[in-house]
Amino acid sequence: MKDHATLAEAFIQDEARTNWHDETLWFVRQKRDKAAHGLPEWEQLREWASQIKNHTLSHMDSYLEEFERNALANGVQVHWASDAAEHNRIIHDIIKKKGITRIVKSKSMLTEECHLNHYLEEQGVEVVDTDLGERIVQFRHEPPSHIVLPAIHLKKQDVSDTFHEYLHTEKGNNDPTYLTRAARVHLREKFIASELAITGVNFAVAETGGFVVCTNEGNADMGTHAANVHIACMGFEKLIPKASHLSVFLRLLARSATGQPVTTYSSHFHKPKPGQEMHIVIVDNGRSNILGKADFRNALKCIRCAACFNTCPVYRRSGGFSYHTAVAGPIGSILNPNFDPKKYADLPFASSLCGSCSNVCPVKIDIHDQLWKWRQELTKAGHVPLMKKIMMKGMAFVLGRPALYRFSGASARWVLRYMPFMVKFKINPWYKQREMPAPPKQSFREWYIQNKKK
Amino acid sequence: MSSRDQIFSAIRKNKPAAVPGVTPDLSVVIGYPDLLSQFSTVLTAIGGSCREVASAEDAKQFIASLDKGTFVIDTTAEHPSGLAQLSPAALASVDTAIIRGGVAVAENGSIWVTENEMVNRLLPFIAQQLILIINEKDLVPTMHQAYERISINETGFGVFIAGPSKTADIEQSLVIGAHGPCGMVAVIVRES
Repeated sequence: MKDHATLAEAFIQDEARTNWHDETLWFVRQKRDKAAHGLPEWEQLREWASQIKNHTLSHMDSYLEEFERNALANGVQVHWASDAAEHNRIIHDIIKKKGITRIVKSKSMLTEECHLNHYLEEQGVEVVDTDLGERIVQFRHEPPSHIVLPAIHLKKQDVSDTFHEYLHTEKGNNDPTYLTRAARVHLREKFIASELAITGVNFAVAETGGFVVCTNEGNADMGTHAANVHIACMGFEKLIPKASHLSVFLRLLARSATGQPVTTYSSHFHKPKPGQEMHIVIVDNGRSNILGKADFRNALKCIRCAACFNTCPVYRRSGGFSYHTAVAGPIGSILNPNFDPKKYADLPFASSLCGSCSNVCPVKIDIHDQLWKWRQELTKAGHVPLMKKIMMKGMAFVLGRPALYRFSGASARWVLRYMPFMVKFKINPWYKQREMPAPPKQSFREWYIQNKKK
Repeated sequence: MSSRDQIFSAIRKNKPAAVPGVTPDLSVVIGYPDLLSQFSTVLTAIGGSCREVASAEDAKQFIASLDKGTFVIDTTAEHPSGLAQLSPAALASVDTAIIRGGVAVAENGSIWVTENEMVNRLLPFIAQQLILIINEKDLVPTMHQAYERISINETGFGVFIAGPSKTADIEQSLVIGAHGPCGMVAVIVRES
C-alpha cells in the first residue's frame, strides 16, 4: 500500500495540472466565503448546527427509534446493517428477489465507503452512476477524487476522450456543454428504463420518518421517481430531530460546498409513490464505535460538504487519490483511522495543521485538533514509520536542551550559507521540489539580545 | 442478536452524556426590505427567470406568450387523466410542465412543490422546461420561515426547486440543463 506522500508525489509530477487543481478548488473556497459573508448570522448558524448535532448524537438511540417508527408508519421498509458487507448484502437481496437488472444510483458516499458497486459487479449486477462526475469516473474505472466534485482531478480533454470511447462523441470536441448534453441523452435513457434507484441521504428527520436528498443535476429525482423500487442508504449519523432543523442545515450545506445559496433540488421523501417500494438501509460500519471516543466523536457531525477539502493546502496540492480512501481530505483523515488505524496511519500526517478546515466547517468539527490527537494515538499504537519516530525523538531531544538547540540552529545557518551542497541533495526530503531558504544573518534570539535594550 | 439490536446496544453503551437541544432565535436571522426583488435577483443569478404579474389572468396570458414546445402538461389546468400513472418513457417527451408552487424563499430563490401539485413525481424533473406559478404573499425571507409555513410530510413527496437543473462536473464549467429542465420560470402573481 502506497502512502499519502508517495501518491502525492505522483500527482504533482504534472505541475500545470497541479496548479490548476489547486487554483480551482481555492476558487470554490472563495465562492464559499462570499456566500457565507452574505449572511450576518453565519457564525450563529454554524453554532446552531453544531449544537443540534451534539444533541442528536447524545440521544441517538431514541431518535433512531422515533425515525424507524415513523418511517414504518409511512410505508417505508427499514433495514439495519452492522457493517459494509451487510449493507451490500441487503441491497443485493432486494435486487435478487425481484430479478432486477436495470439499476441507477445517485451520489452516496456511504455506498463508496461500502464499495457497493464493486460488490454488485462481482454478483453480476451492473449499476449506472448518474451524477455526471461520477459517471465520468465510473467509465474510467476510477473512484471519485472529491466527495462533492467527483471528477475534479480531470481536465475537459480527459472527459472528451472518455466520452468518445464510451458515448461516441466527436473526437477532440472538448466543449463542456456538448459533453454534458451527450451524457444527458445517455443517462435519460438509463433513467427511463430503470427498475431500481439507489440514493444516499443528506438528512433524515426523526419526527417525520422522512429523508432529504440534495442534488443540482436532478439525478436522484430522475432515478427514484422513474423506478419502482427506491433504496436510500444512510449512516445513522445523518439523523436530525425535527423538520425545522432542516432550515439550519440546508442554509449551510450548499453555501459551504460550492457557494450556492441552496442546491437546485432539496427533495423530501416520506412515502413511496403508489405501486412503489421504498427501503432505507441504516448503517453502522464503525460509527457506534466512534460515538464512544470522546476525542473523535465530533467527526460524526459531518454533513459531507467538502469545505475542508477545498480549503486544505495539502488536499489542493495532492489530489483525492493520494488519500487512498472514499472520503479523502481533512475529514477523511480523521474518520478513516477509526476504521483501520494501520492502513490509514499516514493520513493524519497529510496536514500542515493550519486549522483552516476547522474554521470553514459548517458544523464546527475540531478537525485539526483531531488530526493532532490522531498523530499521538497512531504513534503510541506503533503505526508510524520508525524513521518518523526517530526524527521526532531527535527533535524533542534538541528542543528540550537550549544550548544544543542554539548550537544546531547556528550550524544549520552556517551550512546553508557556506556548504549548501550539504542540504541540496535528493535524500533531504525538504529539498524535493523546493528551494532551500536563504539563511538568515542571525537567529531571533541573537536579534532579541541585541535589540531588547534599545 | 439482530444487527438492529447490536447497533442499538452499541449506541446506548457509547453515546455521550445528554446535551441539551437548541431552538434557533430567528431575531438574528437576515431580513430583506424587498422580498420580491431579493427572490428575483437570486433566481436569475442561479439560471432561472422570474416574471411578476398582477393577476391570475395575467399569468395565463404571460404563459400563453411563452415558447413551450408541443407537449405541454399544465397541472394547474385540465391535464391528461392518468397523469399520475404516465410512464417515464411517455413523460420523457414533455416539453414544458406548468405546476403551482407553494412557499417561495427570497434568500435562495427556491420554491416548495408537493406531490399534490405535480400529480406525477417525475414531471417537474423530466420536463425540458419548468414553469412554476406562485403567489407573492407566499414569499418568505429564509428557509426558517419556509419550514414554519409547510409540513414536510403533508404529502409523500415534496421538493424545494431553485432554478433549472445544472452541473459543473466538467472542469467546473457551469452547464444549465444536466438531466432535468434546461429552463425554469417563476411566475409571481401579486393578487390571489
